[in-house]
Amino acid sequence: MGPQPAPRPEDAPAGAPSAAATPSLAVAGLSLRFGGLKVLTGVSFDVAPGSITAVIGPNGAGKTSLFNCISGFYRPQEGTIAFEGEAIGRLHPPARARRGLARTFQNIALFRGMTVLDNIKLGRHVHMRTNLLDALVYWGRARREEIEIRAEIEERVIDFLDLNHIRHQPVASLAYGLRKRVELARALAMRPRLLMLDEPVAGMNREETEDMARFILDVKEEWGTTILMVEHDMGLVMDISDHVVVLNFGQVIARGRPAEVTRNEEVIRAYLGAGDVGALRARIEGREAA
Amino acid sequence: MRIGALKTSYAADHALFDTPVQRAWLGLGAALLLAFPFVADDYWLYLACLVAIHVIATTGLNILTGFTGLVSLGHAAFMGVGAYTAALMEIRLGAPFLLNLLGGGLMAAGVGVLVGLPSLRVKGLYLAIATIAASFILHFVFQNWSTVTGGIAGLSVPPARILGIELARPAALYWVILPLAGLSVLAAANLFRTRIGRAFIAIRDRDISAEILGIPLLRYKLMSFGLSAFYAGLAGGLFAYFFRSITPESFPLVYSIFFLAAVIVGGMGTILGGILGAAFMTMVPEVLKLGVGLASPWLPNAVAILSPVRTVVFGLLIIGFLIFEPHGLAEIWRRIRRFFHLWPFRT
Amino acid sequence: MEGFDPLFFAEVTLAGLGSGALLALTGLAFVLIYKATRVVNLAIGEMLMVGAYLFFAFAAGLGLPAWGAIPLALAGGGLLGAAIERAIIRPMLGESPIAIFMVTIGLGSVLVGLVEIVWSPNPTQLPDFIGAAPVFLGEAYVSRKIAVGFAVACLVIAGFLLAFRTWRGGVALRATAADQAAAYSCGIDVPAVFCAAWALAGVAAAAAGILVGAVGGISPTMGVFGLSALVVVIVGGLDSVAGALVGGLVVGLLEAWSGTFLGGEYKIVATFSLLLAVLVVRPYGLFGTAEIERL
Repeated sequence: MGPQPAPRPEDAPAGAPSAAATPSLAVAGLSLRFGGLKVLTGVSFDVAPGSITAVIGPNGAGKTSLFNCISGFYRPQEGTIAFEGEAIGRLHPPARARRGLARTFQNIALFRGMTVLDNIKLGRHVHMRTNLLDALVYWGRARREEIEIRAEIEERVIDFLDLNHIRHQPVASLAYGLRKRVELARALAMRPRLLMLDEPVAGMNREETEDMARFILDVKEEWGTTILMVEHDMGLVMDISDHVVVLNFGQVIARGRPAEVTRNEEVIRAYLGAGDVGALRARIEGREAA
Repeated sequence: MRIGALKTSYAADHALFDTPVQRAWLGLGAALLLAFPFVADDYWLYLACLVAIHVIATTGLNILTGFTGLVSLGHAAFMGVGAYTAALMEIRLGAPFLLNLLGGGLMAAGVGVLVGLPSLRVKGLYLAIATIAASFILHFVFQNWSTVTGGIAGLSVPPARILGIELARPAALYWVILPLAGLSVLAAANLFRTRIGRAFIAIRDRDISAEILGIPLLRYKLMSFGLSAFYAGLAGGLFAYFFRSITPESFPLVYSIFFLAAVIVGGMGTILGGILGAAFMTMVPEVLKLGVGLASPWLPNAVAILSPVRTVVFGLLIIGFLIFEPHGLAEIWRRIRRFFHLWPFRT
Repeated sequence: MEGFDPLFFAEVTLAGLGSGALLALTGLAFVLIYKATRVVNLAIGEMLMVGAYLFFAFAAGLGLPAWGAIPLALAGGGLLGAAIERAIIRPMLGESPIAIFMVTIGLGSVLVGLVEIVWSPNPTQLPDFIGAAPVFLGEAYVSRKIAVGFAVACLVIAGFLLAFRTWRGGVALRATAADQAAAYSCGIDVPAVFCAAWALAGVAAAAAGILVGAVGGISPTMGVFGLSALVVVIVGGLDSVAGALVGGLVVGLLEAWSGTFLGGEYKIVATFSLLLAVLVVRPYGLFGTAEIERL
């Protein structure tokens, strides 16, 4: 496992963002170590504005660590992260959130002590101005802002994700699939410019997965939000993503359009070891044909 | 039985008291509190004032511990800072009563923020231990900075005056302390309708994801510390005017544990809990005193064991509520209300 | 410094090391519980106090000789620890660390109150079982009680360390500390280990209590000694036995020097200032393991 040179732009396969537009997110040469453990090594890729980009890879490939670097929870030792042309690698997580980076979490990170509505409202936090004094008297700005965001959330997020019936319920009482949806709602309330989804359909049944796929596509199309997601469900990845980045052992081993990536021998090896390559290919191509 | 309440605007849905029935109860409660001084004797007025002071302090600790998830064992010491500040402003500067209360609150808030500073590096339990340290260091300051604090003898405080009227007795102070307690509770309730309160709860529930959602942890933790200490300082100022004498021993570690117990017994993370907990915990010693009075003919040293019995009961209440009813009296109250909402169809 | 007397300084330092060993022993009791069960036990000082009062009860109340009263008091301390674990810690299993921490605050309050009810709140002396003839190290004078306290504390600590290395139960304890789930799946009875950890900590605390009481007398407020022990484990690192030993000596010296050269009332200020400094500069202590956070 030697370090791989970071791919240069001209190596970029077809389907990668065009060089003309500033990428929504540009990750270059990112390396993350915990002591002697190399989690990410020289990871580079771009996310084109308005696209859905999927990061895939076997368990332990470093996908969630990559997300944690982008949202600022981990500090990578090397490399740069640029969001819409601005280097954000040194910013604190809240500053990144203010610039329009929103995410969901692999193990749903809702706030158990709050209702669905309050969880979603929390997403608007960075865009509100209410200060401590306003809040204590709840008069003027605090009251106005609260009612404004309530209206906005009701109309744009709650209706959109069909959460009307549970808005006043505590999140602890919700079923798994609904919680995932509330988490998406909270991320959407941040009015993200880049929405990062960490395994949005993990553990969901077929029907819930299809609903979620619909929501993700709607977010992209109706809101024009750029989406970066980690996902294991290859069906979902093949169906909705424009661009796929494959990680294995903390390195990018392939990038490109979904169809190209699935034909990449290295990717197939990474997923199946020395297993039945033909069967996987047939399955994926069968899906593509459908 | 209640069926439901129809709301036609978001503002109505955001109101603190959202049904006519609730507002009626609230009105009734206010009327009772207004009438109280005219029917109660001095002992009951004294108790009412003490409960109100404790409600302010407990609500403050609840903001920090119940809502933000940071345990503090320095609450009584913060209260002491407020008490000494208000007393000194009164004695040295002759500043007006209400301004002194504000000064006490602000000074305590400043000290609170200072004590919260280790949260830059540590969290949770380590922070709780830092507040114990702060509590002892403040006690040391009260005791040894004699030129200012009067040392072990402490300070005696002249009676409060508003517009030339002297408020020396509980019956008079009642008209200041109770409205202040009401305002403090209202302000705390307001806080948790806004982004700031939500940020506190988010920090309590999952601090790391709160940060990634855009909440600067340090700033909000310090804000919570400061606000909580402000409440303590305000309560401390009232304490100084109420008892008219303060010494370092007025604010021992046990008093901090008293407030922690009040928060736990009342219900962590509920506004109602702060009120119920403070009232309950203030009444416990009184009930014990009553019990001792009844037992004294048979138990000659009953009076002597009053204080240790109180200590034991406080501890037992903390343990018992944490094990058996972690949501406190507020949850019991909620269950009772629910029972009547559904009555007679489900019991 | 005017009139600096190296002999006096040496004597103060020796006294500091003596009380440092007692702090280390108390810190060991704390670390034992924390390592095995992840409970931050704020009532460790009160457990220590109860141990001292048990000795008082057996030695002064029943008039037993020291060789009879000491084992009984230690056994009582162990029983107390086990009872606490069964009665109030086990029901809290799985609750937040903050909630369990607050339970131990309540526990401390209960223990103080009970001791005051049974033995009155007034300070008193333990029957002497050490003797008063001074000990000299070279020219430096050391109070016999402190010297004996130091020696005994060192022996007890050494005994504990040996037991962890070799005894089967000690190995189970270390396994549980390292990984509860793995220990469980290896057939270790984890609840029993929890109970044992509390019992052993109770014994250690009682031993410390008897020694502390022998040196300075006993009172229901002697649990404050536990707060100094809390500083010890924060300085050393909550989960480090070595940290408790080093931390104990550091805090012992600091208290002796500040108490002698600045004045008694500065002792607690110096101790807690050290605590705050460590929290800010090195939050996991000298030897503690930093927690790795995960999302």
